[in-house]
Amino acid sequence: MADLSKTKNEMPVQDPKVRAHNFGEVALGYTEEQAKAEAARCLNCKTKPCQSGCPVGIDIPKFIGKIMDGDYEGAYRVISESSSLAAVCGRVCPQETQCESKCVRGKNGEPVAIGRLERFVADRHNAHKRNGSCAEFVSNGHRVAVVGSGPAGLSCAGELNNRGYEVTVFEALHTAGGVLVYGIPEFRLPKKIVADEIENLKARGVKFELNTVIGRTLLIDELFQDGYDAVFVGSGAGLPNFMNVPGEELNGVYSANEFLTRVNLMKAYSPDSDTPIKHSKAVAVVGGGNVAMDATRCALRLGAERVVMVYRRSEAELPARKEEVEHAKEEGVEFMMLTAPVAVVGDEHKCVRALRCQKMELGEPDASGRRRPVPIRGSEFDLEVDTVIVAIGTSPNPLIKNTTPGIDVQKWGGIITDEHGKTTRDMVYAGGDAVTGAATVILAMGAGKDAAARIDEAIRAKNK
Amino acid sequence: MYKILEKDSLNPTVSRMVIDAPRVAKKAQPGMFIILRVDEEGERIPLTIADYDRDKGTVTIIYQIVGATTHKLDRLGAGDFICDFVGPLGRPSELDGLKKVAVIGGGVGCAIALPTAKKLHETGAEVHSVIGFRNKDLVILEDEFRAASAVCMLMTDDGSAGEKGLVTDALARLIDAGNKYDEVIAIGPLVMMKFVCKLTEKYGIKTTVSMNPIMIDGTGMCGGCRLTVGGEMKFACVDGPDFDGHKVDFDEAMERGRMYAAFEKHAYEKECNLLKGGNSNG
Repeated sequence: MADLSKTKNEMPVQDPKVRAHNFGEVALGYTEEQAKAEAARCLNCKTKPCQSGCPVGIDIPKFIGKIMDGDYEGAYRVISESSSLAAVCGRVCPQETQCESKCVRGKNGEPVAIGRLERFVADRHNAHKRNGSCAEFVSNGHRVAVVGSGPAGLSCAGELNNRGYEVTVFEALHTAGGVLVYGIPEFRLPKKIVADEIENLKARGVKFELNTVIGRTLLIDELFQDGYDAVFVGSGAGLPNFMNVPGEELNGVYSANEFLTRVNLMKAYSPDSDTPIKHSKAVAVVGGGNVAMDATRCALRLGAERVVMVYRRSEAELPARKEEVEHAKEEGVEFMMLTAPVAVVGDEHKCVRALRCQKMELGEPDASGRRRPVPIRGSEFDLEVDTVIVAIGTSPNPLIKNTTPGIDVQKWGGIITDEHGKTTRDMVYAGGDAVTGAATVILAMGAGKDAAARIDEAIRAKNK
Repeated sequence: MYKILEKDSLNPTVSRMVIDAPRVAKKAQPGMFIILRVDEEGERIPLTIADYDRDKGTVTIIYQIVGATTHKLDRLGAGDFICDFVGPLGRPSELDGLKKVAVIGGGVGCAIALPTAKKLHETGAEVHSVIGFRNKDLVILEDEFRAASAVCMLMTDDGSAGEKGLVTDALARLIDAGNKYDEVIAIGPLVMMKFVCKLTEKYGIKTTVSMNPIMIDGTGMCGGCRLTVGGEMKFACVDGPDFDGHKVDFDEAMERGRMYAAFEKHAYEKECNLLKGGNSNG
């Protein structure tokens, strides 16, 4: 009989007052007892509605059942059949809009904490794994190149490796992991977790070539000449959008990408790092997504006295994960809703002095179905800050499109594919943010995995 | 890891390194740049490619020791390794069809101007070069420029080598003497490029400059290298680094270049103290 309590078992977290000043992980994960107690809330529904909410289709009731039995390694194997990045997804997936939104328990109370359980299983596996435990890789003689080592690329590489392909992942930066290492901060996703997942792939035979920009160092045409049978493009959506308001050139205005890359990938928060970062007193972050939330919380941890999130719609429309919003509030981030920037104001040294804003009200619904924010006349005011971080989205990088004949893209830059990642060029597949525009880690993983299956089919068909 | 094959000093503050990087060498063209990271804690810095040898698989960089990272880099020698070296990045210079060109180099910018002058010379263009330095001790690559130019004028601020004066003085004289240039290419400090552009604007001569702002990734991701060119936002790493000099907002670029001046000074002093044996507690 399932435990009928209406609320999830709480996951221990670092005290907000303490964690607002360090880069240690915020959420500490379930203990074995907590995990078993939470697993006991699962009704083990025959129809498995939760599984249909998972972009990679993990058999959720099955892995939760294994936790109940105390077979944690078995639970890990169940997840691994569908996902190559369990420890990552347990931390950064928006479960409330995916698996947990479908959970029957959520109809009367809180759903089962599927994300927390996934994290528990993955962390336990990584803590107890033994070297050399993975099976020897046997190649099927075919090679596939993966462009980009973010979630889409890693998931595609893992799936192709499972199917016997020799996979090489090409990464432009000096560290593998893509947005998992340059974008998502240490306190939400420790870099060690990502490094472990990449080591797991290496141990299984996946090769990584860092410092290699496809479209500059090597071209996709050359990858085919080098003997790769297919190419998967998971180059992400790395190009930052700016607001196009006066004053964006001032010193102290960062794209969220630049700010987060300096802090995360280049570890600018550490005194040992050579990478500079501005130590701000007051920071405005423009935008309402997970990236904006990460930027506010990094700014706070770097020592800012005041961090304000400026968002033009209301709190109900915030696209960020609910848990991140709550965590940010607890840590002391101010939320200034229904507010839109109109200019960045500088001092005589061309440094940021304020963000000039305008109050908004919600009008009729727009194309996205959300109520359109409309400016209130005469409501302009100056928010006094010395740093402005622009987190209003990113666009796909045009480098591959510009250097690869035969790949068609949308007007806004996204690579055009069929629903399984096949591009307009033979044997070139794509997935993740490079196709959809900025979305989530798990959707990119789903796309990478799906494309791997199609690449497998296509290579088999050619070699019949 | 990328091996340093050769290293020498061009003057007390400028060094040259030849790096083993076959993939970069294969694609390198004048005007493109690389990004390197000296070690695991290092920052990523962009440097324009000074030369390349596709057969040997080598890329040459020339850098001025200005901050902590270049100081750290300069402590390495032939046989040592650089942690990361990625490229070639940016768009190559557009030199096709140019018949008569004035190439203006200032200081360490001459290292970047030289491959352009050489390429133009090899393709049969008439190159007039003007290279400027503060004084005779800082002069670099003079022989190389002379070999690649029909006319080469050396200028120093104090007159200790070549002629006393600014590169703009020499360029104005060349133009006034009746030379009709298809294009002027200016590479050097921002203030030099700004004044070359002011001069050539008067004469209506197309002028290209090479911008080298602060950047991290070099692939369009950070937006730190943004410039205003013709009233539009451009990223030096993917839209440049070459731009129409008459459209670049140099004053803004100079302000942006000072973003981390205080941090740089501190880091440089720390780095120098380390070198002295770290005995800075007293």
